[in-house]
Formats: sequence, C-alpha cells, structure tokens
Amino acid sequence: MTDSALAGLPKDLLLDEIVPARAPWDHLVREGETLRILDLHGNQAVDFLLYAAHDDSERYSAQNTIAAQQNIFLRTGTVLMSNQGRPMAQIVATTVAYHDTIGGACSCESNTLRYGYHTKAQHACVENFLLANARYGRTKRDIVSNINWFMNVPVEADGTLGIVDGISAPGLYVDLRMHMDVIAVISNCPQINNPCNGFNPTAVRVLIASSEDVRMGAGRA
Amino acid sequence: MTTGGSSRTADPKSAREHARAMAGTRVEAMPTVPAQAAADLPEGVRADAMLWEETLGAGGYASRKLARGTRLRLIDLQGDACVSMLAFNADQPIERLNVADTLKVQWTANLQAGRLLLSDMGRVLMSIVEDEARTHDAFCGPSNQRSNERRYGQGANWTDRPNAQHRLLLGAAKVGLGARDVHPCINWFKAVQIGADGTTTLHAGPFAPRRSLTLRAEMNVIVVLANCPHVLDPRPEYTATPVRISAWRGPVTAPEDPVRTASPEALRAFLNVEEYFLR
Repeated sequence: MTDSALAGLPKDLLLDEIVPARAPWDHLVREGETLRILDLHGNQAVDFLLYAAHDDSERYSAQNTIAAQQNIFLRTGTVLMSNQGRPMAQIVATTVAYHDTIGGACSCESNTLRYGYHTKAQHACVENFLLANARYGRTKRDIVSNINWFMNVPVEADGTLGIVDGISAPGLYVDLRMHMDVIAVISNCPQINNPCNGFNPTAVRVLIASSEDVRMGAGRA
Repeated sequence: MTTGGSSRTADPKSAREHARAMAGTRVEAMPTVPAQAAADLPEGVRADAMLWEETLGAGGYASRKLARGTRLRLIDLQGDACVSMLAFNADQPIERLNVADTLKVQWTANLQAGRLLLSDMGRVLMSIVEDEARTHDAFCGPSNQRSNERRYGQGANWTDRPNAQHRLLLGAAKVGLGARDVHPCINWFKAVQIGADGTTTLHAGPFAPRRSLTLRAEMNVIVVLANCPHVLDPRPEYTATPVRISAWRGPVTAPEDPVRTASPEALRAFLNVEEYFLR
C-alpha cells in the first residue's frame, strides 16, 4: 500500500488531512517535524502564516525573509524568518520553481479596490485567517504579510507586478522543516477573480511527518 | 557620583538651577516647539499652519497623530537617511498600512508621486503628493537587533546602534500600540530593485542632499518613523544622516484631485474613505 504523496517524507506520518477548497486550517507543528503541502489539482494558492508556539508575538516576517536571502521568491533552501530575525522553518524540498511572499492575502475590502464592489460579499483569505487565529486569541492585528504557496507574482523591470498564471501542477508540493514549535495557519484561497487558483479553488492535502530521531531530540541541532 | 563641595547640584534648589540653565541648547536632532517657529518653512506655507517640525538623527524615531488633510514632508538633509514608517487609522488603529495590498492593488513595486499607501480595509491612509527621491523600498522591512549585531557588533536599543524594529515598537508603544502592531513597513529614501529572478538590489546612496518626499493624510492617521540604516546597507559603519520632519495643515483632497482619479483602484480607495467619513 504505497502512496506517492509520501515520497521523500520522514517515515512516521503524524497527520494526513485534506483542506477543502476555500477552507482555513491550523495545526501545531513541532521543531524538527516536516509539513508537506500538496497541490492536488494544480495552481491552488495556499495562503500561509506561522506563529511561534511559545510566544505568538513572534511570527513569520515576509520582509525579514526577503532581506535575509536578498530575493523575493521562496525556493528550496529558503529559510523563513520571524519578525525577530530568527529562523522559523526551512523549505527542504519543493517541486515548484518558486513561491510568492509579496502578494499578501485577499480580503473582501481589497477586492472592492481590485475588482469592484460586486466582489465585497465573496469569501476571502483574511476571513479564514481571522477565524483560524481567533481560536488562539489572535486578532486582525496579528495578521501580517503572508506566504502564498503555489502562487506566481513576477515583478517586471519597470516595477509592474501582479498575480499571473501559475507554475504549479497537480501533485506538486512544498516541504517545510520547522526550526521551532509553530502554529501553522492556512487559508486555502477562495479567490475567483484572478488566476491564483486558476479561477477555480480546489482542495489541498497537508501532511506532517517526523522520524524517531527527531522525537528523541536529534532534530534539535 | 558625589563631587564634594564643588558640586552645583548638592541640594534641590541648586539642582533646579542647574537643570534650568540647560534650556535653549541647540543640537541637530531635536523638535522645534512650538512648530510655528519652524526654521525650515515649506514654500508657500504660513508659519501658523505648521503642526510639527523635528529632526531625527541616526537611530532617531518619532510617532504622531495627523489629521486628515495634513501634509507630512520628509527631507533627507544630507542624502543618507533611511526612514522606516508604519501608519494606522488614528480613529481605529486596528486598521493599518498593508504593504502587500499597497503594491498588489496598484500593480507596482514602485512607490512614487501619485501612489497611495493603502490600509488593510481597502482605504487610502496617505498619498504621495511629491517625491524628489524615487528611491524607496517596500520589500526588505526594518533592521532588527540580530541583523544590527551581525553588521555592527551591537544592535540593542540601548546602544548607539539601535535597530529599526525596536525604534518602531517604541514609537508605536507611545500611542498605546504594541509589538503585535509593528506591521510590515516602508523604508523611505533607500531603493530596492527587484530582478527578473527575484533578486533584491539595494541602492544605499549616499544621494544628493535635501531630497524631499511629501505625503498627504487621507484619513486621520498615526505615523511612526524611525531613521536607522537599511537592513541590507553593506557599510560596516552605522550610517544614517539626519532627516527633517515637517507637517502642516492642509485641505481634504478634492474630488478632481489627480491622485484621487489616477486609476480605478485609486478612485475606489478614495470613495471608501469618503464613505467612512460620512456623517
């Protein structure tokens, strides 16, 4: 009974869930564990934030991550930095060339600017982030610039930027190994007005895996 | 430390005299109070319209509430300032600058005259009405204690090489905000260019002296400013030359204002503000 979705992961599978199209998801992921996010149907933007489990005023910083690697794209090897300048996680593998961290999350309010007032009532990522974070007592002030796995935001030479057709495909994934205990928060993006989800939001699969030596402390290098 | 009989501060009355004798001292990094006595009056602005004049030295910071219509000018006096900025809706600070929306909604990485600073509620907090510099950065964020320690050996707030993250936190704290409110910032006066492969390239200057940038408050706002070296500034010395802040009263943006009507996205950001202020 083999599952190609597990290839390359540490052998002990701790969690294997489907995040439905348009839904939020959150989970504790411990230091040394690997979180895999798998794009089941292709070009599904997965909006993503990290909070340190020990003190959630420490959280993912897109700007510190960009400054640390002097590049806006997230690729294999990228270290995700916190707002305190500490490594929170590393992309240990990804089968997509690069991911976005400048595009932010869609919201009902920004949709009115981008597309018009007819989009105000549509579901949006900030709605997911607000509800998922509320479970931990976090509020809108805790929402910062996020990661968009599987989303493509090029910047042209004259500074023009925008969300364009994706470069992901069914079965492609990203693996994050955590450098501290974190709460990972996902909004499986419901946007239907731009190509970030191929105009058709779909489910993604999340897996958390570990190995015995990680649990014995060997992962805490 | 006691200094014996020669002390000028041995008793409260002497100490008071000693303290009061300091008043009137001039240094480079200080506010002008009252602002109507501003030394660097913007062209065409009457002294009695001035609301704020202050010079921030290396590592200096300030925070201030500005009413809708207020103009905020920053002058990079010697060409080597880097001013990190946060912005909030003063009436409801849970609404704040959203750097990602600012870029994404306007389809641009470049902050320059005519562009808007957008909140996370689809409204324009401030607009850029004049910009001689055109060298700004919305990608790299503030320096932090660890990044300053790596570059300069020190980076804690109490040293002479304070980091922008802590300076922004202090500015936010003084208007009742906290660490969770230190959102992604904009760095004025230092340019970061994005290559096709995603590479960031910093243009750290130094640039020509006295380049200025003028913002207009489109809502009642709180701004937090910190003048610290850019996080990617490669120079081994902690380099940030003084920046002059000036703010003065001004009218609320008119319907025909070219910044308001520059794009359909901009117009809706203004419409959202105008509706917010309906009474």
